[in-house]
Amino acid sequence: MPPVDLLQLFLHFLALSLLAIGGAITTAPEMHRYLVTEQHWMTDTAFTNSVALAQAAPGPNILFVAVLGWNIAGPAGAAAAMAGIMLPSTTLVLIATRWARDNRERLAVRAFSTGMAPLTLGLIIATGWLLALPYLAVPEHRLPTLVLIAITLALMLRTKLSLVWLVLGGGVAGALGWV
Amino acid sequence: MTDEAAPRPRPASPSALFWAFTMLALQGFGGVLAVAQRELVERRHWLSKSEFLELLAIAQVLPGPNVVNISLMIGDRFFGLRGAFAALGGMFTLPCVIVLSLAAVSEQLLTHPAMAGALRGMGAVAAGLILATGLKLLGSLRGNAMGRTMCLLLAAATVTAVALLRWPLIWVVLGLGSLGMALAWRRLKELER
Repeated sequence: MPPVDLLQLFLHFLALSLLAIGGAITTAPEMHRYLVTEQHWMTDTAFTNSVALAQAAPGPNILFVAVLGWNIAGPAGAAAAMAGIMLPSTTLVLIATRWARDNRERLAVRAFSTGMAPLTLGLIIATGWLLALPYLAVPEHRLPTLVLIAITLALMLRTKLSLVWLVLGGGVAGALGWV
Repeated sequence: MTDEAAPRPRPASPSALFWAFTMLALQGFGGVLAVAQRELVERRHWLSKSEFLELLAIAQVLPGPNVVNISLMIGDRFFGLRGAFAALGGMFTLPCVIVLSLAAVSEQLLTHPAMAGALRGMGAVAAGLILATGLKLLGSLRGNAMGRTMCLLLAAATVTAVALLRWPLIWVVLGLGSLGMALAWRRLKELER
């Protein structure tokens, strides 16, 4: 593997930050192209495993960027990658949220909130569907996945059970080979 | 709409925010959104359902992960910049330590059959949690000025475009989003008169 330039690593993620509308995972193909194909800083398998690991662990999925940085250049790599991906979007979000709050009585801002609400809801439901799809596509996993989703929906809508138990329950069922 | 009128509890300090978001992030296997809705709206009552949806709408169209953007916005709303960074810190610090420890320990961990099965089970539950969150928030559309039918049509069109037709998010927001905002604009103008 060629030597890693931390500044270049930082700048790459900095450039991707503002493109990551809908989550950093949308820019994963571009990260893959740059880190694996162009710079040869990590292998294809290491890239895939980094993303899977971050999705399995607790916390925001964007932490896969930290894992990528870690696998490229250790702690300094993790810090450079995370700083790059977070800095521009954080700044923009803070400016936007303050502006929206100060102008919340304006017709344009109210039209945005009112008009976007159904879309936001639709996006949540679509995300749930897309997350379930890979499991539903495999015939042997289809039925158990549907059962697990149905149980989750029922418990979530009818009880105040902490979500940790639901997720852990799913993990145990999966580890036992039921799913 | 008593939901909106009642005085709302708020976090006591930035460090309370930090710990609230730490707890929230640690519960979020395979995504934090469902946990955020339950913790912030149902348990702590810092936000109403429609306030949550409002923040999510802004978070959605800005770059960066939705839940991270939401943590920044909520922190900023209660304690300004200090609050924003307290919430952001809570969201990232401990989960970052955990995920990097896992990365340092092993790459083989993930390929073990029991581990692969566990991930599949957790993934299915995560999908169910997100679906349930969407269904719960449906109730907040009742107060929407566009009316229930129009809202449900727009939501259904969004699900179709994203989940079935696989349009990129940017086109969905520009297309259906502009349509929604234009309809809302007209309706709100009518109501003002």
